[in-house]
Amino acid sequence: MNILGNTKIDFMSKRKFALIFSVMLIVISIGSLVVRGLNFGLDFTGGTAVVVDFEKPVELNEIRHVLEEQKFKDAVVQNFGSAKSVQVRFRSVSDDESTKLRDQLKVIVESFDPNAKVGKGDFIGAQVGVELVEKGSLAILYAIIGILLYVTMRFEWRFSVGSVIALVHDVMITVGVFSLTQIEFDLTILAALLAVIGYSLNDTIVVFDRVRENFKSLRKKSAKEVFNISINQTISRTIITSLTTLLVLLALFFIGGAMIHGFAFALIVGIVVGTYSSIFVASTATLSLGITREDLMPVEKEGTNLDHIP
Amino acid sequence: MNHYPLWKNLLIVIVLALGVFYALPNIYERSPVIQTSAIKDQPVDEALLEHISEQLKASKVTDFKLSLEKNTVISKFETVEDQLVGKEVIDNLTGYKSALNLRTYIPDWLSKAGGSAMSLGLDLMGGVYFLMEVDMKAALENKFNQIRGDTIQVLSKAKISKKSLKWKNKQLVIKFKSADLAEKAFDKLRKQITEVNFKRKVVDGMESLVGTIRSKTIDDIKFKALEQNISTIRNRVNAYGVAEPIVQKQGAERIIVQLPGVQDSSEIKDTLDSVATLEYRAVNMTDNAYSLKQSGRPAPAGYKFFEDEEGRPVLLSNRVIVSGDQLTDAMAGTNQQDGGPMVSVTLNNVGAKRMLDFTRKNVGNNMAVVYKERVVVGEEKIMVDGKEVKRKIYQEKKTVINNATINGIFSNKFQTTGLRSAKYATKLALLLRSGALAAPVEIVREKTIGPSLGKDNIEKGFKSVVVGFVVVLLFMLIYYRMFGLVANIALSFNVVLIVAVLSLLGATLTLPGIAGIVLTVGMAVDANVLIFERIKEELRLGNTAQGSIKAGYDKALSTIADANITTFIAAIVLFAFGTGPIKGFAVTLSIGILTSMFTAIMVTRAIVNAIYGNKTKLKSLSI
Repeated sequence: MNILGNTKIDFMSKRKFALIFSVMLIVISIGSLVVRGLNFGLDFTGGTAVVVDFEKPVELNEIRHVLEEQKFKDAVVQNFGSAKSVQVRFRSVSDDESTKLRDQLKVIVESFDPNAKVGKGDFIGAQVGVELVEKGSLAILYAIIGILLYVTMRFEWRFSVGSVIALVHDVMITVGVFSLTQIEFDLTILAALLAVIGYSLNDTIVVFDRVRENFKSLRKKSAKEVFNISINQTISRTIITSLTTLLVLLALFFIGGAMIHGFAFALIVGIVVGTYSSIFVASTATLSLGITREDLMPVEKEGTNLDHIP
Repeated sequence: MNHYPLWKNLLIVIVLALGVFYALPNIYERSPVIQTSAIKDQPVDEALLEHISEQLKASKVTDFKLSLEKNTVISKFETVEDQLVGKEVIDNLTGYKSALNLRTYIPDWLSKAGGSAMSLGLDLMGGVYFLMEVDMKAALENKFNQIRGDTIQVLSKAKISKKSLKWKNKQLVIKFKSADLAEKAFDKLRKQITEVNFKRKVVDGMESLVGTIRSKTIDDIKFKALEQNISTIRNRVNAYGVAEPIVQKQGAERIIVQLPGVQDSSEIKDTLDSVATLEYRAVNMTDNAYSLKQSGRPAPAGYKFFEDEEGRPVLLSNRVIVSGDQLTDAMAGTNQQDGGPMVSVTLNNVGAKRMLDFTRKNVGNNMAVVYKERVVVGEEKIMVDGKEVKRKIYQEKKTVINNATINGIFSNKFQTTGLRSAKYATKLALLLRSGALAAPVEIVREKTIGPSLGKDNIEKGFKSVVVGFVVVLLFMLIYYRMFGLVANIALSFNVVLIVAVLSLLGATLTLPGIAGIVLTVGMAVDANVLIFERIKEELRLGNTAQGSIKAGYDKALSTIADANITTFIAAIVLFAFGTGPIKGFAVTLSIGILTSMFTAIMVTRAIVNAIYGNKTKLKSLSI
């Protein structure tokens, strides 16, 4: 069975459209990050989060309104998993203060709806949050450096730059989507971003591997043709793998429960963007950097030189 | 022809068999249990067993099993609902504490072979999580004061007069009138105050010594403060009666406390951050404490009765000579003279002066150490909003942990010798240190996961794994037919292997860990897709069926390796920089990459070889 048989799509000629499309997405992402920012979760902001379970679905604005009247001005109110559960997040400096505010919140919520169940709160100190942001950013940076080195070693620097451009593209757009949707950005999302980096690379490397192979076997084709042939040869694999991974992630997203909702969402976005970028971004970037057959075959060049020695 | 050598086939069979064996413990169901033990010295015996059994039956809980284990009654239930009813019943017994837990009952032969089920993380079984930070500033300040005191002593002993001496930006600055004095002081201090690195400098135009504290000293202080806090917290948590608590260090200044099954965090918080202290007091040398106590007469004026660890009475002065906050260090060691165990104690300036004053007048008399701690002594029932609520009763417990004769005059450093054993010396040193105000702890993170949320997480997590897995299996079967079936067998073994490795590593299963397994399932398919697509391509190019299989596997190999190694790099970085749940995700991801390469390449090849390898006239493949 075949979804795609022998495709002969000229991907490389469409690189202008791809460039415009990608730049547009990135501009929107950055714009949203600047204007709306990210809805950072408790892990990063520090403070206290309390989950309140109501018996019926509730209007978030009503709760916001009630809380604002009662000195919970900076509180963030959002749904938690279902329309009946609401998470309230507010600032607190110490564990003791957190406990006190939690008790106050309980009184306020119970006056609003006596049947509401106010859960135990999670507290996290602000310093811990700052450290997590630092460590997280460092982790992404180190992962990118490690990958750059490996790809340079196995392929060539242009490939390595191409793949890094692709994964920065993926991470930025995924983060942009989180900014647009204002879905809570917590530690598990950071883990998901790193998984996206891994996945996006996986996809890119498969294409590059084929490009390297084809540069060796298809002597008469131009670099552009080699890239086109390689992408077409790997396209069915790219789509099938993305599809199976997406199937699993959709299961996680819909059935996995509130706690891995964001995680699954980040990966779904990342994998869709990652699949697109491995075809249109990584390859076009590498080609635009001026890769040629000779760049990949230093050994054979020496061999031909030797033949000319009488 | 496509053949695997015998050793390769054998290796695959052995690895898979081991995988199945060590994954096996996880299929046994986890039963909710309650562990009950005595708060003080109430008996834990058959009678208690009988009593609990009757009480449970009275509350209409019928499906349970009771057993005795090391001073603990284990009550096993069929459902979590029964367990919660049981908790209420058992909590009503006075003098006993109980803890909720989940236990896997695996057969003996399995556990003897080293098999064990993965333990569940807090997010899956419910409980309380604390991250506590040790206030290192207090610990360091203590050390600074001690060094300052020691330095003053060295200088005055050597009769070197100084202009001034103080800590400034973590540097000890000592000013002198002349270069000669500074030089002399330098000579003495360099040898005797080893925690500090002294340098001759001119500060504000004066001949001075500037001492920088050695980084090793700082590391040492931090390490000790952390270790001491961990041992204190562990003792308290154990005393509280939590099943399988986790108390471990995170980094250089933090402590993770995980208490599965605990739901009321406020109560245990009181226990965790209460501070133990100690006091040195003079012993009454004229009266016999024992006969006085027996006769029921009051203690003589200025004295009070205390008890030692065996409950024997000791008469101690009301006046405290030195208290815990004046003690800076206590270390167990061996006495140079008789080779017996001893504890050497270091006091700060204030303590040193008081000790000097006291010992000057009391050589030959006895001095005792009293350890003060808040402990649970029982329970009471009180009415809150018309509801009966159980509350633990705390009491300041004072125990005499040491009683020794003063052999000479001393001030900031002294030894307690003639101790029973080296083990006792170690224990005493630890108690002294934990009684000293070395470094208070502060809770920087608190998290409570309800038992129903935990159960919900397991069920949903497990369900999503199953659904995702089945959907992928179906897709592969439809798309690749026979080869899809082969890939599915490999995929199933992949999950078994991941579970086996995690169980063997003693890993804790958390929700992100489950997500990691799910993601690996999605990605493990990739290697097979790469191989199968390559085989299809070879067939399209007109290669023979057998040749296509061989070429497909060979050509896909380097791609698979490259792709997996890059993902592996990301997983390692995650592991190195992540904490808690992220680490769990990284572990499952990296194990998944390794097992999926094994199953997707070797296992599928072995099966494909077995099916097609011998067919010489193979015309087509079911792919």
